[in-house]
Amino acid sequence: MSAAIRIQQVSKRFGSTQALDRVDLEVQQGEFFGLLGPNGAGKTTLISALAGLVRADAGSLFVMDHDVQGDYRAARRHLGVVPQELVFDPFFTVRESLKIQSGYFGIGDNDDWIDEILENLGLTSKADANMRMLSGGMKRRVLVAQALVHRPPVIVLDEPTAGVDVELRQTLWAFIRRLNEAGHTIVLTTHYLEEAENLCTRIAMLKAGRVVALDTTANLLRRFSAHALRLRTGGTLPAELAREGAESGGWWSIPFDGFDQVEPLLARIRAAGCRIDDLEIGKPDLEEVFVRVMQGQAG
Amino acid sequence: MRHGFSTLLYKEVLRFWKVASQTVAAPVLTALLYLLIFSHVLEGHVKVHGVAYTAFLIPGLVMMSVLQNAFANSSSSLIQSKVTGNIVFVLLPPISYLEFFLAYVLASVVRGVVVGAGVLLATFWFAPLSFAEPLWILVFALMGGAILGSLGVIAGIWADKFDQLAAFQNFLIMPLTFLSGVFYSINSLPPFWQRVSHWNPVFYMIDGFRHGFFGVSDASPWLSLAVAGACLALLTVFTLNLLKRGYKLRA
Repeated sequence: MSAAIRIQQVSKRFGSTQALDRVDLEVQQGEFFGLLGPNGAGKTTLISALAGLVRADAGSLFVMDHDVQGDYRAARRHLGVVPQELVFDPFFTVRESLKIQSGYFGIGDNDDWIDEILENLGLTSKADANMRMLSGGMKRRVLVAQALVHRPPVIVLDEPTAGVDVELRQTLWAFIRRLNEAGHTIVLTTHYLEEAENLCTRIAMLKAGRVVALDTTANLLRRFSAHALRLRTGGTLPAELAREGAESGGWWSIPFDGFDQVEPLLARIRAAGCRIDDLEIGKPDLEEVFVRVMQGQAG
Repeated sequence: MRHGFSTLLYKEVLRFWKVASQTVAAPVLTALLYLLIFSHVLEGHVKVHGVAYTAFLIPGLVMMSVLQNAFANSSSSLIQSKVTGNIVFVLLPPISYLEFFLAYVLASVVRGVVVGAGVLLATFWFAPLSFAEPLWILVFALMGGAILGSLGVIAGIWADKFDQLAAFQNFLIMPLTFLSGVFYSINSLPPFWQRVSHWNPVFYMIDGFRHGFFGVSDASPWLSLAVAGACLALLTVFTLNLLKRGYKLRA
């Protein structure tokens, strides 16, 4: 089975900024893939290169084995992109926008699928409203709908939940999950790391145009984050325990691999005569992974 | 022809039609005002090629409206799409640069012809008009619309801001159309300005168009056709090259 997305040695420079630096990446069909990185890391440039909005200086990109430059018609037919910017055409209604977008992809009669998308994104009641009259959240839903009109096997969402309410997030993710279960490949960029952790099976992290981490979400969590005993103490933590952990805002965090290590850890604290004022067990989280990878601790 | 092209053409026509009061009615009214004022001042005093001034003026105003509105359509659509960012809706689908070009230019021709027909309908009550060689009327209206539509595509792609587009319109398109013999025969000009006018391609478009009405003109309609054809070919090649390279559209 061919890869949904294949990116080979892609570089792109804007003036003095190296936006992408020899990026290699493959996303398999059916994956829910996360593309993470701080602002300016190159995520949007990479997506734009994939969509043909930006031309790479070097390297090649393929969508379902179709070269995005040489075979751009097929590549674009297989790709649906939800842009990051909240853009809309103020001249048209929601339904007109979707019908026009379908026409661009060569689909004449698309009413049934448009109705289904509208229903799934909670837009049915707004179908005949002019785009100008919609709230920001509703406009964002229409952007998602526009990316889906041609039933693309590969769907790229560039920060689709930036600045939108909880209800839309839940509606959106439920719909995107269903599409993923139906076989669509999903690539997601987001600053909400919790979303990425819950949704993505594999994650690439970009920094200054380079892929600095690429692994399954589970492996990344295992490698860069762990369960940790988080506690506030009334006294000074023994030196050997302090070396194992880290202090932040009055809370000590001491990582451990298995729950059988919790009791011995507590026993050591107790033996040192240190009073525990507050205690919790922290789970591994992607935010910690992200921070550590971005600080250059990638292994 | 591919569905992407026909949809983009339909979208572009629908776009200007939805705001027809601004894109059709307003330019028709402007042309009517020109006619009322100039014919009031000059009718009875001036005859051109043996034709009463008001009758002479009408085809010029019609063609000027065709040209200016063809330019306005593609240029304003593109700059608006670029500034608001919704140009991505056209750039993401599998639409070729040739389809892109043809759709924007043909929509411009449609707008130009619709406004031109509106001006003709609103003004032909004011003077007896003949349609001596109607094929020339059609040929020059379509070619003129396509030429200015292509120029509009170039301006819309080149301009990053509305004021840059306004500069293009005010300092290039307006002088070229106003100083092209819309309001006068260039034979009435001093020799120097006659020579200058012959370097203005818009003069040939208006002169050829007017020839279709009266069967007489300052230049041969065949010469005008050759100039207009050369301009269209040149602009088409230039615009297609810009689009192929993705100039200011695909970084």
